[in-house]
Amino acid sequence: MTDKFISIEGIAKRYPGSGGATTTIFENLWLSMARGEFACVIGHSGCGKTTVLNILAGLDAPSEGAVIVDGQAISGTSLDRAVIFQSHALLPWRTVLGNVAYAVSSKWRSWDRAKVKTHTQTFIDLVGLTGSEHKRPSELSGGMKQRVGIARALSITPKMMLMDEPFSALDALTRGTLQDEVRRICLQTGQTAFMITHDVDEAIYLADKIFLMTNGPGAMLAEVVENPLPRDRARTDLHRHPLYYALRNHIIDFLVTRSKTFVAEQPDHDPRNVPTVHIGKPGLTIASGSEEQQRQIRTPGTNPGLSA
Amino acid sequence: MTSSLRLRAGLVSIALLAAFLGIWYLATRSTASVATMSPEYAKLMGLTATQGKSAMPGPLDVGAKLWEHLKRPFYDNGPNDKGLGIQLAYSIARVGTGYLMAVLVAIPLGFLIGMSPLLSRALDPFIQVLKPISPLAWMPLALYTIKDSSISAIFVIFICSIWPMLLNTVFGVASVRKEWINVARTLEVGTIRRAFTVILPAAAPTILTGMRISIGIAWLVIVAAEMLVGGTGIGYFVWNEWNNLSITNVIIAILLIGIVGMLLDQILARFTRMVTFPE
Repeated sequence: MTDKFISIEGIAKRYPGSGGATTTIFENLWLSMARGEFACVIGHSGCGKTTVLNILAGLDAPSEGAVIVDGQAISGTSLDRAVIFQSHALLPWRTVLGNVAYAVSSKWRSWDRAKVKTHTQTFIDLVGLTGSEHKRPSELSGGMKQRVGIARALSITPKMMLMDEPFSALDALTRGTLQDEVRRICLQTGQTAFMITHDVDEAIYLADKIFLMTNGPGAMLAEVVENPLPRDRARTDLHRHPLYYALRNHIIDFLVTRSKTFVAEQPDHDPRNVPTVHIGKPGLTIASGSEEQQRQIRTPGTNPGLSA
Repeated sequence: MTSSLRLRAGLVSIALLAAFLGIWYLATRSTASVATMSPEYAKLMGLTATQGKSAMPGPLDVGAKLWEHLKRPFYDNGPNDKGLGIQLAYSIARVGTGYLMAVLVAIPLGFLIGMSPLLSRALDPFIQVLKPISPLAWMPLALYTIKDSSISAIFVIFICSIWPMLLNTVFGVASVRKEWINVARTLEVGTIRRAFTVILPAAAPTILTGMRISIGIAWLVIVAAEMLVGGTGIGYFVWNEWNNLSITNVIIAILLIGIVGMLLDQILARFTRMVTFPE
């Protein structure tokens, strides 16, 4: 077992419903990530993805269970875990520089103005916003705003980044460029990242591990899909990789049908030992679980035409 | 296009003013009929009876009188004869003092209430009852407890301008976008710093709007309050000139009250623009 940099241990989220009943969004959710790993979560709306992310960020507290990051149970938010918000959440009365500097001066309170500015500038340059430092968010395009959000998250040199559909509001071209930037930065800095997305290709391009969640309420983590694509993959020739379609079809099949039927089909599903799916390696389809389960789970990528 | 629109609007405004002054002038012209009477009797009668002059002053009378006031705004010939500048200064000083006190109470209190759902609910019934009370209804109680008419007037201004500011501050603080608060939370920003760096700038436009409503109400109320307490101020001036039957001075006072009110509103509008941020 690799070191568990992040370990979500049996968390649940329940809301009081009408008439004294409680609605369970998810329960007994176990999930772990290694240091430097990029993980994407895919699932339909309402499966509690955002809640999981908020719990990881410390913005929300689980009804049960605990989250352990770097050997310590988390309580509340931390500068170690930076969040990139879907709506970029820039402070509109501050400039680009001001928004990033706010984060920097929050982390290093004793720094003087000049030091904060130099540090801030480094990260503005990193996301390619040199020259726009003194613009206000209202003067920026959606892509530039999200770049500021990324710069703000990176500037505090967090232990991990949490991203809640960061590119979903952007046009395809901008999204692609930002995906490249995020991937480059994460690989460069060895950043651990947890990202929610609806975009299958985004997950395939960025993630080392893809978490598939079933539909809520009562959502559960169904599978962990290991990304078989090489680490030096490029966005433009992703689809030429022999395992690309097997991986993509597996995820899409899950989203289209199995996310609904999974709970009924897999009564023995053990949330503590979620099966890991290795696309293209038939013998290793399921890393853990009984033989009976192995036969029930379809083994994707076994099509001879597709496996390498 | 905008400049030409502004030009045309300005021309229409001037035309409307000219029409108003013209109608006013025509309506207050001398009436033809003058009763013949003995000079002894005429001395007891007003100009309306002796010269057929209208009882209502015309624009020229008001203009002449206004010019006289503007030439000597700060003269002081004793308690019942002070320049308009002095009277207005008294009123503005009272409004300023009462309003400033209300700012000092309403904004910190509004912050507390807005940030605490408990306080918000606990204080709501009190605010709901106190808010609709006419500020002048407080006057007897203020006079009885404070025993100083001038301070009572300031208290009335305080009590009337506190509510819009308080309610707007509460609303502004309570409705700061969750995402901005979350940004501060993920950056481990402490409560005090969060209040000043996120909540205050985010709520400032709403707070300033409340302050702008308040200054308008305060200026409305000061005239009535000064009519009651007497002594000094533009409100007292209006009532004093009514007792003197100087309709000309009453009209001048009305005009000045309007202009000062507009200026106060414009000042607050400028402040509001300064803190408003585009999204």
